[in-house]
Amino acid sequence: MRKLALSEEILMQVEKPERYIGGEWNAVMKDKKDVDLRFAFCFPDVYEVGMSHLGIQILYDMFNKMDGVWCERVYSPWVDLDRIMREKNIPLFTLESQDPVKEFDFLGVTLQYEMCYTNVLQVLELSHIPLHSEDRTEDDPIVIGGGPCSYNPEPIYRFFDIFYIGEGEVCYQQLFDVYRECKKAGKSRREFLKEAAKIPGLYVPMFYEPSYNDDGTLADFKPIEKGVPEKIERQIVLDFEHAPYPTKPVVPYIQAVQDRVVLEIQRGCIRGCRFCQAGMVYRPLREKPVEHVKSLAQGLISCTGYDEISLSSLSSSDYEELPKLLDYLMQICPDQGVNISLPSLRIDSFSLDVMSKVQDIKKSSLTFAPEAGSQRMRDVINKGLTEEDILNGAIEAFKGGWNKVKLYFMLGLPFETEEDAKEIAYLCEKVAMAYYDNVPKEKRNGKVSVTASSSFFVPKPFTPFQWASMAKEEEFREKAHTVKDTIRQQLNQKSIHYKYHDPDESVLEGVFARGDRKVADLIELVYRKGAIYDAWSEQFDHQKWLDSFEELGMDPYFYTNRERSTDEFLPWDFIDIGVTKEFMIREWERAKKGIVTPNCRQQCSGCGARKFGGGICYESKN
Amino acid sequence: MRVRIKFTKTGSMKYIGHLDTMRFFQKALRRAGLDVAYSEGFSPHIIMSFAQPLGVGVTSEGEYFDLDMKSLMTSEQMIQLLNAQMPEDISVLSVVKIPEDKANKCMTLVAAADYIIRFKDGEELFDSLKDKLEEFFNKKEIVVLKKTKKNEKMTDIKPLVYSRKIGDKDIFLKLSSGSVDNLKPQLLLNAFFEEQGIKPDTIKLAIHRKELYARKNNKFIPLCRLGEEIK
Repeated sequence: MRKLALSEEILMQVEKPERYIGGEWNAVMKDKKDVDLRFAFCFPDVYEVGMSHLGIQILYDMFNKMDGVWCERVYSPWVDLDRIMREKNIPLFTLESQDPVKEFDFLGVTLQYEMCYTNVLQVLELSHIPLHSEDRTEDDPIVIGGGPCSYNPEPIYRFFDIFYIGEGEVCYQQLFDVYRECKKAGKSRREFLKEAAKIPGLYVPMFYEPSYNDDGTLADFKPIEKGVPEKIERQIVLDFEHAPYPTKPVVPYIQAVQDRVVLEIQRGCIRGCRFCQAGMVYRPLREKPVEHVKSLAQGLISCTGYDEISLSSLSSSDYEELPKLLDYLMQICPDQGVNISLPSLRIDSFSLDVMSKVQDIKKSSLTFAPEAGSQRMRDVINKGLTEEDILNGAIEAFKGGWNKVKLYFMLGLPFETEEDAKEIAYLCEKVAMAYYDNVPKEKRNGKVSVTASSSFFVPKPFTPFQWASMAKEEEFREKAHTVKDTIRQQLNQKSIHYKYHDPDESVLEGVFARGDRKVADLIELVYRKGAIYDAWSEQFDHQKWLDSFEELGMDPYFYTNRERSTDEFLPWDFIDIGVTKEFMIREWERAKKGIVTPNCRQQCSGCGARKFGGGICYESKN
Repeated sequence: MRVRIKFTKTGSMKYIGHLDTMRFFQKALRRAGLDVAYSEGFSPHIIMSFAQPLGVGVTSEGEYFDLDMKSLMTSEQMIQLLNAQMPEDISVLSVVKIPEDKANKCMTLVAAADYIIRFKDGEELFDSLKDKLEEFFNKKEIVVLKKTKKNEKMTDIKPLVYSRKIGDKDIFLKLSSGSVDNLKPQLLLNAFFEEQGIKPDTIKLAIHRKELYARKNNKFIPLCRLGEEIK
């Protein structure tokens, strides 16, 4: 029997002990005597969430195929176990070997959303690793962060030794080689970090220092150590056909959020929505050859036994070989009892035809993401979707037998007026009307159901909206009430359900997203007050955050509500994502005028991503 | 075509709950490449039913489920294919062909279960309680508050204890099991502890299920013996 880090008494006491025992199918076991580098890979949220993340699966597989490396997984203990581990001083452990994280060479943390920051501190503290990079010794693992939030690492700069800027497939081998050389040569932690800082894409915060203006904005940001680069360049994979992809993903016992085979078909997006960080930081669009994807599909079904397969990408409808791929999946899946789950596809006759084959129309709902209610706003955000597209899609769907529609919106977008908010309600009404106008009574499958949800717009770094003012909580609430009240005035109001996100959480997310180094103190203070799992509404304790802002004399609206000028030096300006600031400024100006920018397939807009030398930039016909 | 699969669940797998065990087998069956039958409709699923859920924390070497298949291989081949897909602490012991009618479903058949119970830290305590245990089991009736899905009432559970043996280091119990009169070993022992004035949750028990039985002609027959080996 495998050794377990937790006693039976504890495991029987906590909710879902399966979160902590490892031993899942395809989990990689090695003998620690056979490896010279141990990597603990952490997703700082509960197991079921962390296990659903494709990025860790890709790197876990890639690391474990490297000679001498054993990569293991670790997730945030849920609040029940968290309490017990603190009480009994039990160190946090990885799932595979069940060894303490503290014994590892590296602790890698993937940063997928800002609201996980207090959980990062939880993981460090439970691992008995000092929270601050400068307090760590030769006995502590090197703590490295990556993922979307590392595009503005400053609010958590202190807690990490290294940030990896870009796609993980590229420079880990080089980092491991440097680590081994330094270890062999008996070099200190600091000397190693200095070597690591020279690897393109790696940012070592302790070697840089900001200075501030009197108004609190950033004046300058410079290396304070010789030989480290001024700018950190994002690393990306160009050769997708030969890029590593897990052929044996770990299959959990408990139901994960993503409990299916996930097939990545492309990375990047041609669309250029101005609010979307992913649409910018994953440029250029790189498609995987369809034959390659097909061969992965069968292999993944066979070695996991999942009963469902899903495609992963930012916008699957833009995958050129989608019809070919779906044809193939519809050929091989049904006989093996495998369902095909379709990601958010653009609703048109092609996707409706596919969906009618793989889903139960009566039970399933269709999803549209207009993001904004009025055409004017959709032009401001560069969402290349017209009201006609939406209504035609809905009409086709209703004629095809669907009667449930979900619509996703954002509220508080730049230049949004009260009228724009009301237009969300009008659009919902038009969709509902389209059902009654186009489906004859005798063919109706009950009433139409329209579910509209709105989240509040949070400006993100490396988007054309990075300079925008974010609304305050009260404005958000007012806007949501405007939508709600307007829906209530519509003829079909009983068929329209409206939900909106908690504005308090959105404002905090806004602080983290565009925060500077001063925000690190805030995160630490609120963690000291006991905050963890802020991404979980039932755990989120807003008062703790309010108290911490006050104690530190910090103003959240400095980070969220203040509109920045385009010549302000931004905390993330030392990172070069390949898409230029000139392009972002151009897009910001066009947004103000409501001018749409064509997508990458229609016409190159010169964003700068062409410099990587691959992807859509070189495939376009123009 | 229907087969009955017997398996063990020991070690760290005792923490895997009943629903997750089912989900585990659905995946393992697909990985093993057995020609299983699927239900009709948009989300086809494997047609399987388990004999008796095993509580989290309890180990077993006598778990069962019935499975519908489209075509069969030999028992030996299927055992081999399945065991290649099992983790360390689960293994398939037997696969037999069974009749397809409802009356022969393992869930319907199960009537009794064997358990072996050990006091986890306390051989001395066990020794000191042996006589009391004998006394307890010799009582005419053992009345406890028994909860069902609908209500709870005082019930004499003594008739549900079919046999027992207090050994050197453990207790053997054959208890009524199944959908009608299910008796969990914990409930029985807790009644004993309470009678002795011991708080039940202070004693750590290792509970192990040995076998599940059907009742045929007043005899208990292990569920796997109600089918035929496929050769």
